[in-house]
Amino acid sequence: MYKISLKDLDTLFREIAGNNELILPVKKAGQINFGAYEEGVETDLINKSVKSPKDAFFPQFETLYNVKKTITPADELADGEEAANTKIRTKLSIEMEGLKDKDFVIFGMRACDVKGVEVLDNVFLSDPADSFYKARRDHGIIVALACKEPEESCFCTVFGVDPADPTKAKADVATWIVGEDLYWKAVTEKGEKLTESVKSALTDADEAAVESEKANITSIMDKLPNTKLSLEGWGAGKTDEKFNSELWGKIYNPCLGCGTCTFVCPTCQCYDIKDYNTKDGIQRYRCWDSCMYSDFTLMAGGQNRTSQLQRFRQRFMHKLVYYPDRYDGMFSCVGCGRCVDKCPQSLNIVKVIKAFDKEEKGGAV
Amino acid sequence: MCDCGNSKDILVPQVGIITGITQETPDVKTFRVNAPDGGKLFEHMPGQCAMVCVPGVSEGMFSITSSPTNKEFQEFSIKKCGILTEQLHSLEVGDMVTVRGPYGNNFPVETEFKGKNLLFIAGGIGLAPLRSVINYCLDNRENYGRIDILYGSRSADDLVKLQEIQDVWMKAPNVNVYLTIDREQEGWDGHVGFVPTYLKEIGFKTDCIGIVCGPPIMIKFVLQGLKEMGFTDEQIYTTLELRMKCGVGKCGRCNIGSKFVCKDGPVFRFDQIDELPNEY
Repeated sequence: MYKISLKDLDTLFREIAGNNELILPVKKAGQINFGAYEEGVETDLINKSVKSPKDAFFPQFETLYNVKKTITPADELADGEEAANTKIRTKLSIEMEGLKDKDFVIFGMRACDVKGVEVLDNVFLSDPADSFYKARRDHGIIVALACKEPEESCFCTVFGVDPADPTKAKADVATWIVGEDLYWKAVTEKGEKLTESVKSALTDADEAAVESEKANITSIMDKLPNTKLSLEGWGAGKTDEKFNSELWGKIYNPCLGCGTCTFVCPTCQCYDIKDYNTKDGIQRYRCWDSCMYSDFTLMAGGQNRTSQLQRFRQRFMHKLVYYPDRYDGMFSCVGCGRCVDKCPQSLNIVKVIKAFDKEEKGGAV
Repeated sequence: MCDCGNSKDILVPQVGIITGITQETPDVKTFRVNAPDGGKLFEHMPGQCAMVCVPGVSEGMFSITSSPTNKEFQEFSIKKCGILTEQLHSLEVGDMVTVRGPYGNNFPVETEFKGKNLLFIAGGIGLAPLRSVINYCLDNRENYGRIDILYGSRSADDLVKLQEIQDVWMKAPNVNVYLTIDREQEGWDGHVGFVPTYLKEIGFKTDCIGIVCGPPIMIKFVLQGLKEMGFTDEQIYTTLELRMKCGVGKCGRCNIGSKFVCKDGPVFRFDQIDELPNEY
């Protein structure tokens, strides 16, 4: 265990950034989001970021490949091509975008967000693995930070996340803010290596201070209103009873289909693949998409989810039943509470779970 | 740009060249696709699909209608019904598209189907995925029993691959082909009537595996008919079709219950479909 004084943090950041790209919670125009470190940047290590840091591994927008078009005028065609009656007008060639090939450090991820990456891993690393995502996972070093002040919207403990101890999530380094210091503990081999490279900025520390801080965080968490949610009745194998419940029809109505919940969510992984027509060819890119959108499943021949009720149900069924069905009971929600903070209609997964719980216990909804 | 020549992602396609186009019906064309240097782009199994893309327009999932026993090329029978398919229909021989695949599971031609009698029931463009299976079975004729093919369309002009049906399928050993069209038409002396009705009129024995593909409403009534005739859910196969983008079970579009149609399907047995939420 090491520590560094909070007022010297910039020295640590500069040390890390000297060797690797560094991403951390940056405050810009009053909003906190994960962004690149630069000299003089304002960070916020206490409050929750607006978007989850999943961008670091699954960016909101990324180019997959470029299609080059080469146009051969008819009079320049080789004789053989004409003879073969092959009218070559536009030749296409594909150039794949390069994969991440340099290590980078993402500092300040919370335990819930690290668990969110685990949820994404199941999807993107399962066969056949997504090589763009995999390259980022291979090169990304996660320095997680225990929550100093869990917020009212937080409910990560419901999903088995310990906000006081990021070593339990799959972080490479775990850190804690205690008093005027940041405590630092390497967890994985990757974390050890990073620690070695910044050791000059750190001093040896005693674990006792961290232990009392952990107890502190746990007691704050225990008092938060959403941490008593019951997941009973959810999980693998619950498709029939939950899908067919009439409750969806009673609770979905305020949903505007704006997709905000899916964009701030650390586990939402739906994406679109689209074309951007550049002058010399086509840039094919991937971007986040949302199952809440009315054209998400639209085909020329119609679509299978025509109402917002169906789309609303799909999102929660996926997180609480379908995903656990596929991945050994693991839920696709980590209780970060961002959807609770950001939904313009105050509709969110907590409300859904509570409504079902209430109904199943016989109360009116 | 990537200079590591051998690195390739599942979402990055190959370039394919259109080497033949057949106008099957007023709104269906069959495209023959090869690698630019000749040969096939990849090997597949009957029932599998591929993403075909007109760069700058869109990419869509289509069933590979040619049989894997065809060693020279792959074919896609595509109905003109949206933005991408309209663009595809405007292409000519020599034009290039991008193709990635094959995706999804396949009809169990080497396992459950082996040694069995097979009853194929198709409506309209629904013949496209089944043609791959039928030709695979005909090219390995000794591995399968009796083959019955019931195929119907709106009109005689809308029967896809009619030439091949008449010249090859109808002449193959131990194969019976039943054609029908929805309404009377001049010059048609074959059967007239909807596929599900004709199915019951013929009254097939239940000693076979049913393989059904067509518009959802046809599938619904064919399934009903087959069950009245004594078929069980475990004996009937079909394919599902939902919006797809990635083809590998990650982008979320074709998710239904705990399944992704692009990866776990498109081929499903009816008892497997029964377990899915009713949202397809």
